[in-house]
Amino acid sequence: MGVRTWIEGWPVYRQLTGTDPLGRGAAAQSERSKELTARTGTADRIAKSVCPYCAVGCGQRIFVKDEKIVQIEGDPDSPVSRGRLCPKGSASLSLVTSDRRQRRVLYRKPYGTEWESLDLETAMDMIADRVVAARDATWEEEDEKGRPLNRTLGISSLGGATLDNEENYLIKKLFTALGAIQIENQARI
Amino acid sequence: MAEAHPVGFQWVVEAKNRGARIFHIDPRFSRTSALAHTHVPMRAGADIAFLGGVINYILTNEKDFREYVVAYTNASMIVSEDFRDTEELDGLFSGYDTETNTYVQASWAYEGMEQHDEPHADTAEPMRHESHGPPVPRDSPRDPTLQHPRCVYQILKRHYARYTPEVVERLCGVPQEKFLEVCAAWTENSGRERTTALVYSVGWTQHSVGVQYIRTGAIIQLLLGNMGRPGGGVLALRGHASIQGSTDIPTLFNLLPGYLPMPHHEKHETFEQWIDAIRHPGQKGYWSKAESYAVSLLKAYFGTAATEDNDWGFDWLPRLTGDHGTYRQALDMIDGKIRGYFLLGQNPAVGSANGRAQRLGMANLEWLVVRDLYMIESATFWKGGPEGPTGEIVPERCRTEVFFMPAASHAEKEGTFTQTQRMLQWREKAVDPPGDARSELWFFYHLGKRVRERLAGSTLPRDQAIRNLTWDYDLIGARGDEPDAADVLKEINGYDLTTGRLLSTFNEMKPDGSTSGGCWIYTGVFKDGVNQAARRKPGREQNWVAPEWGWAWPANRRTLYNRASADPDGNPWSERKRYVWWDNAAGEWTGHDVPDFEKTKPPSYRPPEDATGVAAIAGDDAFIMQGDGKGWLYAPSGLIDGPMPTHYEPAESMVRNPLYGQQSNPTRKVYDRDDNLTNPSPPEKHSEVFPYVFSTSRLTEHHTAGGMSRQLAYLSELQPEMFVEVSPELAAERGLTHLGWAHIVTARAAIEAKVLVTSRLTPLRIEGRTIHQLWLPYHWGSEGLVTGDSANDLIGITLDPNVLIQESKVGTCDIQPGRRPIGKALLAYVEGYRRRAGLFPGHHTPIVTTEDADG
Repeated sequence: MGVRTWIEGWPVYRQLTGTDPLGRGAAAQSERSKELTARTGTADRIAKSVCPYCAVGCGQRIFVKDEKIVQIEGDPDSPVSRGRLCPKGSASLSLVTSDRRQRRVLYRKPYGTEWESLDLETAMDMIADRVVAARDATWEEEDEKGRPLNRTLGISSLGGATLDNEENYLIKKLFTALGAIQIENQARI
Repeated sequence: MAEAHPVGFQWVVEAKNRGARIFHIDPRFSRTSALAHTHVPMRAGADIAFLGGVINYILTNEKDFREYVVAYTNASMIVSEDFRDTEELDGLFSGYDTETNTYVQASWAYEGMEQHDEPHADTAEPMRHESHGPPVPRDSPRDPTLQHPRCVYQILKRHYARYTPEVVERLCGVPQEKFLEVCAAWTENSGRERTTALVYSVGWTQHSVGVQYIRTGAIIQLLLGNMGRPGGGVLALRGHASIQGSTDIPTLFNLLPGYLPMPHHEKHETFEQWIDAIRHPGQKGYWSKAESYAVSLLKAYFGTAATEDNDWGFDWLPRLTGDHGTYRQALDMIDGKIRGYFLLGQNPAVGSANGRAQRLGMANLEWLVVRDLYMIESATFWKGGPEGPTGEIVPERCRTEVFFMPAASHAEKEGTFTQTQRMLQWREKAVDPPGDARSELWFFYHLGKRVRERLAGSTLPRDQAIRNLTWDYDLIGARGDEPDAADVLKEINGYDLTTGRLLSTFNEMKPDGSTSGGCWIYTGVFKDGVNQAARRKPGREQNWVAPEWGWAWPANRRTLYNRASADPDGNPWSERKRYVWWDNAAGEWTGHDVPDFEKTKPPSYRPPEDATGVAAIAGDDAFIMQGDGKGWLYAPSGLIDGPMPTHYEPAESMVRNPLYGQQSNPTRKVYDRDDNLTNPSPPEKHSEVFPYVFSTSRLTEHHTAGGMSRQLAYLSELQPEMFVEVSPELAAERGLTHLGWAHIVTARAAIEAKVLVTSRLTPLRIEGRTIHQLWLPYHWGSEGLVTGDSANDLIGITLDPNVLIQESKVGTCDIQPGRRPIGKALLAYVEGYRRRAGLFPGHHTPIVTTEDADG
């Protein structure tokens, strides 16, 4: 390292001679900071998304590297949010990547004291069997005056406000065709 | 708003920086108050008294925007001479039936139209009006001078005459000068040159008179000419990413997509009865085309199996018989009537009123499917809930079989959310969901497929609907088994079935089976074959309305009823407030937004006498979805609890209603059972056992029942503990210590919380006495990084009769220092309160309390 390089390595020198007289920016930057790159800069791709919490609908940019989500930030293009996110929206990265997240099907049998593991396909078959059975056991063909009812009051469903329109559409469509009318969501509370 | 919708609040701050005055009316000083010019603390549950006082101020001082009011509202309509007001009947309107606690509404109608109404025999019955316009004739007698004693304007004036500043002070605890400051600011900032926006959240909806709260706000905004205009409106801030979408494309019992009603076994026995109940033949407006919307929906559901000969499959639809809401269901679960329950990203063990009833209900199912990102209390009630220590729910005796199915997050699937201003925004998928996690689209598609396989050979009539359901979607993704959300959105948008072209507007829908569309108000989201919801033109590169970001229903309109932003002749009310106007040279409506009016219908258009439907909408009928084309100051039908908002005390109050003998909403929905007791209110005795008012709401750092926030380290660190806010005065009265423990008790439960003594809450003088209010966040439960007791355990189930939403923003309670008892001692402790309050088994809360009422 030459003397000149050595002197230029002093933050105070850079502060006095450079464009950062207050020493709050480039003058104070260490070698280590200089070498750091933002995860947003090295991402393979960006998915344009929307915050999953409240109904303001803030724009999000989801940064993906090696098929993993590495960062979620506000989308400055959004006329709704102009790049801002609140504490919850800013925590979206933890929401989707936390190791506390449940990643496997769990099953609790009647009178069981603990969770057990269950294969996804098996669980789907078991649920389908139960839907068919509950529907059969509680089917109401008509009312006391012979008018059609075509329904079951044996099955209920709650939730939808955190889900997509397309999902709500399929949920209502399937349950209606099955005669299940007790379909509700967060809009009722 | 700053607390629960922080990023939306940036626009309030922006307006403030440009000179707008901000008033925050709330029992508690919050982060919103900190940025407002004026915080007005008031008693929870007295909002109609406050807003009724504003209406009285407007009418007494003739501050209404008269030209707007005469042209665009029903102020000039003449009401039946049979109508009697609450002012004459001690708090009841005419038509009240003490047997059913409901109204026969004929006398509320416009003059000469009384026969158009039907008796309402069941409290859930008017729910059907939530779905579409209530019936009203297209032409009624009017007095444009507003002098007729029975015109709406004069009726309104008489109704609110007693809501004086003095009464507001007595009922709300707001000093008269502070109340008048609000009135002056609101009226001075409204009119031709200026508009005022009114913003609310569930602080209004979660009341036994919630719909009427919002009606009161709407009346003020109509009187001041603030509807359909830029900077005006009544703006609901909704609390979930797509709670608007899940109302439009409903997972709600009483609705089908696009606010079509679910058929009712008696009212809608036939297809014609169902259609006529929506379009009201002879009426004005866009509901006249209901048959096209309904047939298109049935074509989307049943495809080629829906034919004219089988009424498009109408007979396959299930029928309602009354109240099938989520609270009715929870109580039916306790009673063993329901076998299986799906929970889809909702956590009723923490998030719904009367948490204990919710958990006892879930413990009495055959099976439960929980779909969520994280382990939530509604999945672990059988081993981890508050009923474990009390011995009420223990694993060895709980029969419910539970499936926990991990869900895909918003980043792991594509699709649309509809945010609070009706705007759809398409999300791109970032990565695949981990492990067994799947989208709801995947889950329901594959569940449906499995059920269809099991019923494929069935010849039973009951299985024809599911067998004939269209259930083919493009499958995509790495596994090749994920339904394509764009394919589903296209079905929602609808097709011209003769050409396969995607529809561009619901005006293209036909009643002859040649079009499909899963939700008529969403038609146009695939206009020109393009996913309009995926548009992302940066806000800074377009006008301030930003019409090229996402897509808003209907027809990409950003402000509803914006015809009212122009005067009756079609000119802007003022240059400052120019928004949508009639361009005479071009012969069309134009402006910054998509006009909410037929594009080429001139302001001067007057319909021929025999016109109906869209053709009957005159050139100055700005409210095109209403049967008379007018904004309603007075609701001649459609609301179960009265044509005008009236102050009733909350279902639980220590104050006797000073305005009427009728204490509380006489049509509120009650479930009078021993597991859902109501604290006594005057004129019942013992209201002093629960001497304080409490309210609940959200914190910035947590989300609803905590499933998406109490599991996250950052958010849990920011708000680690359940707490209760009390004023220094209440702390002194009850011996509560800052940062110490306290417990709060109602007839339902006792919960504990850390005490935060703060002047953010202040005692109020109500009816000559001091009323203390306390406040609780409702986010905590037994799972997650931070745990605590649930505020919703305190709350009983009493509902608004129109929409069946619970009164959870106000109740009465006691608060005592120290922690609550545990185990069986807790049950005995709450039972002691019940006994002192006179709530013995078989106790019934009186509904009618007028002087004429028995007893």
